[in-house]
Amino acid sequence: MAVISLKINGENKSFDLDPNTPLLWVLRDHAKLVGTKYGCGIAQCGTCIVHVNGVAMKSCSIPISSVQNKSITTIEGLSKNGDHPIQKAWIEHDVSQCGYCESGQIMTAAAFLKDNPNPTEEEIATAMNGNLCRCGTYVRIRKAIKSASKIS
Amino acid sequence: MTLIKTQYNRRSFLKASTAAGGGLVLGFSWLASCKPTPEQVLQMPDEWFDVNAFLKIGNNGVVTIMSPNPEIGQNVKTSMPMIVAEELDVDWNKVVVEQAGYDISKYTRQLAGGSQSISHGWQSLRMAGATARRMLLEAAASQWQVPISELTTDAGIIYHKASKQKMGYGDIASAAAEIEIPEEVDLKDPKDFKIIGTGRKNVDGKKIVTGQPLFGSDIYREGMLTAMIIHPPAFGMKIKNMDATRAKAMPGIRDVFTINTRPSAEGIQWSDTNAFPDLVAVVGESTWEVLQAKNTVSVSWETTGELENTSDHDTAMTAMLDQSADKPTRRDGNPEQAFKDAAQVIERTYSAPFLAHNTMEPMNFFAHVTEDKAELEGPVQTPEFLSKSVSDLLGMPEDKISIMLTRMGGGFGRRLYGNFGLEAAAISQKINAPVKLIYTREDDMTQGTYRPAYKVKYRAALDENNQLTAIHIRGVGVHGSPVMANRFPAGTVDNYLVENHTLESNVSTGAWRAPRSNFIAGAEQAFIDEVAEAAGKDPIAFRLELFDRAKSNPVGENNDYDADRYAGVLKLVKEKSGWATNTPGVHRGVSAYYCHNSYVGQVVDVVMDNNTPRIDKVWCAVDCGIVVNPEGAINQVEGGIVDGIGHAMYSALTISNGRAEQANFDKYRLIRNSEAPRDIEVFFVDNGIDPTGLGEPSLPPIMGAVANALAKATGQRVYDQPFVTHQKVLG
Repeated sequence: MAVISLKINGENKSFDLDPNTPLLWVLRDHAKLVGTKYGCGIAQCGTCIVHVNGVAMKSCSIPISSVQNKSITTIEGLSKNGDHPIQKAWIEHDVSQCGYCESGQIMTAAAFLKDNPNPTEEEIATAMNGNLCRCGTYVRIRKAIKSASKIS
Repeated sequence: MTLIKTQYNRRSFLKASTAAGGGLVLGFSWLASCKPTPEQVLQMPDEWFDVNAFLKIGNNGVVTIMSPNPEIGQNVKTSMPMIVAEELDVDWNKVVVEQAGYDISKYTRQLAGGSQSISHGWQSLRMAGATARRMLLEAAASQWQVPISELTTDAGIIYHKASKQKMGYGDIASAAAEIEIPEEVDLKDPKDFKIIGTGRKNVDGKKIVTGQPLFGSDIYREGMLTAMIIHPPAFGMKIKNMDATRAKAMPGIRDVFTINTRPSAEGIQWSDTNAFPDLVAVVGESTWEVLQAKNTVSVSWETTGELENTSDHDTAMTAMLDQSADKPTRRDGNPEQAFKDAAQVIERTYSAPFLAHNTMEPMNFFAHVTEDKAELEGPVQTPEFLSKSVSDLLGMPEDKISIMLTRMGGGFGRRLYGNFGLEAAAISQKINAPVKLIYTREDDMTQGTYRPAYKVKYRAALDENNQLTAIHIRGVGVHGSPVMANRFPAGTVDNYLVENHTLESNVSTGAWRAPRSNFIAGAEQAFIDEVAEAAGKDPIAFRLELFDRAKSNPVGENNDYDADRYAGVLKLVKEKSGWATNTPGVHRGVSAYYCHNSYVGQVVDVVMDNNTPRIDKVWCAVDCGIVVNPEGAINQVEGGIVDGIGHAMYSALTISNGRAEQANFDKYRLIRNSEAPRDIEVFFVDNGIDPTGLGEPSLPPIMGAVANALAKATGQRVYDQPFVTHQKVLG
């Protein structure tokens, strides 16, 4: 056990936990931020993506010890009122079907647009390849990101 | 306008009362048929007449609709209330939609499966909205002392034009609660629809994009423990003994024990499908602690059945395809003679592997079982079946069991089988605490309930004039054949023979999005293409000729499709895709299919990209009757197309020595973003027919359209799914 401090959505938090605990389970079980989802546990599906110091990362495969003092942003903290351009575009394009993969998709897309504010459709598709959507909403995801890129 | 009865034999489908805090509450049964036949009434359980959904109009004018149907992503939580709101004639922006829980005394037939939610609910949802509107009008007419016929409504407001009076529904809702439920009400003419047929956003859209807790796995309760299961590593194995000494000593671990969810074979329901009723349960305080402890449990397994292999299934099914069935499923004319007389015979064999459902949210369920009651909550499509199974297992009457439904992170058929709910109940009872059971991806993918592996052999006979004279279909699948004998091409050809075989196996199988169709459509539509080619005809023209035959002079009487509507989607997709245009570098494939009472025609454009075929565009025409919510409907159709392409191209679950060889997404390939078509265009046939299924019908035919387009692009046909295993052809 070890006490580990980090900043989650702007708030300082500390946890007395096994330092190997994946960030995903710290967020869900201990911080009760359940927007970040479990899908595979081996960094293959992207449902668990959060921002670590602004970079999109798969939280299922990050031990909490490696994010000591780092700043974590989850879907709950992406925007104050759910009005990040990507979130708005997601609603506008009615992307969600079951909705389970969407927080990971949105977090990936938000980080991607920050690095590449004016992407081509091909760049969008490639950037989103780490996020599985079992309902098959990929075409809408691309359209939503494209339109968010025009807004932001 | 259509007049509709709200009663049958003096039993009302509706109940009204005053809302707490004022206003009108109308209860209705969303599945009640308004014109049951005497036979249906005899078969109808009493509960059929019970209230299972609510419509509330508050004094403030806010309309709340409790939707009893679980949401698995088909958007029924939006589209079903739209139907109620339409007949009620309210402003959609003032409608609040809530998910109803499952209560055995109130809710019956909550089932999301078979794409039939909208189709079954259509009449009763309209009736509920129309009845509430009528009661509001009667109350207003009485207050104003004017004839009801002089009143009109618009967006939740009642108008009396002559006296220039108006009032909101909220103002009269309490008075309306005193009105007797009318015996019959008028339904709108579909041409007057204002909400139905207009695109409305998913009512949970904002909650989803902000990460609100909506799913079963998001449940956290005071004092709740986390549980995981260990199931046998292979079909044909069970637990022999277990040593959990180390696990039990680990931090946060409460207990490790075995459970048996099937102590007796009595009363097993179809929804209890489960290859592994005996399990190890690991229970602790947090997910990570339980996961680690789970990995230290040492279990020895005993082999109780054959340890099967995909290669053995292949061999056995191939052998069956060479054997006649004891009795044909359908035989028209004299197919044997027609094949003898044929100038040309085309014979092709198609196959597809097991598929896992792989919902993005793995199986999970919350249960809190105490001495006198069981509280369950989670993502299941069949709560009424789960309730009975839990009752049998715990020895507790069903009125002590409550099941709340959560949003489901995908279903695709998997959540029709509620074994995980039963397991959660068994674990909670044993540990005597509230428990959330969660499956790891590996538990989920290797558990079974797969889409069966299938094979089918098609034969067609052409005469010297290239006329189709006979078709012979012989199908086989694990636990059942995929061939539906009365579907197309039945009725289109004089000599027709269908034979079915079944391969038994201890690998469990279950319904998977568009059962059977999810394989046979692709095989059938690829075969029809090759027959058209052999006959020297355009693939669409050839199909249309067959539909003409089925319409003008059908063979046999039990042809389970409407040839006109079938041809309709094909003609529409032909027109919209500009089928006749020949664009250099674009290779096109077509298909048409019917299932869940809906018709779909598709054209796929494939382009070659660095010697690798890429699916560029899909054109899709759909006849599913009236489209309630085009926005959600198009999304469903697009999703079915991507899902179908993905599974035909990339996915397979194979078995070796009884073990699933793929346990996670590193080995099990699902379609990814850049592999999905660049664009999909969807067109609906506008025919005013009552709505039919939409969650499934776009998936099956795409497998055929893709196969046909790939054949054009590469010059070679592939017959076995997943297509990508044919690397030589597909690059």
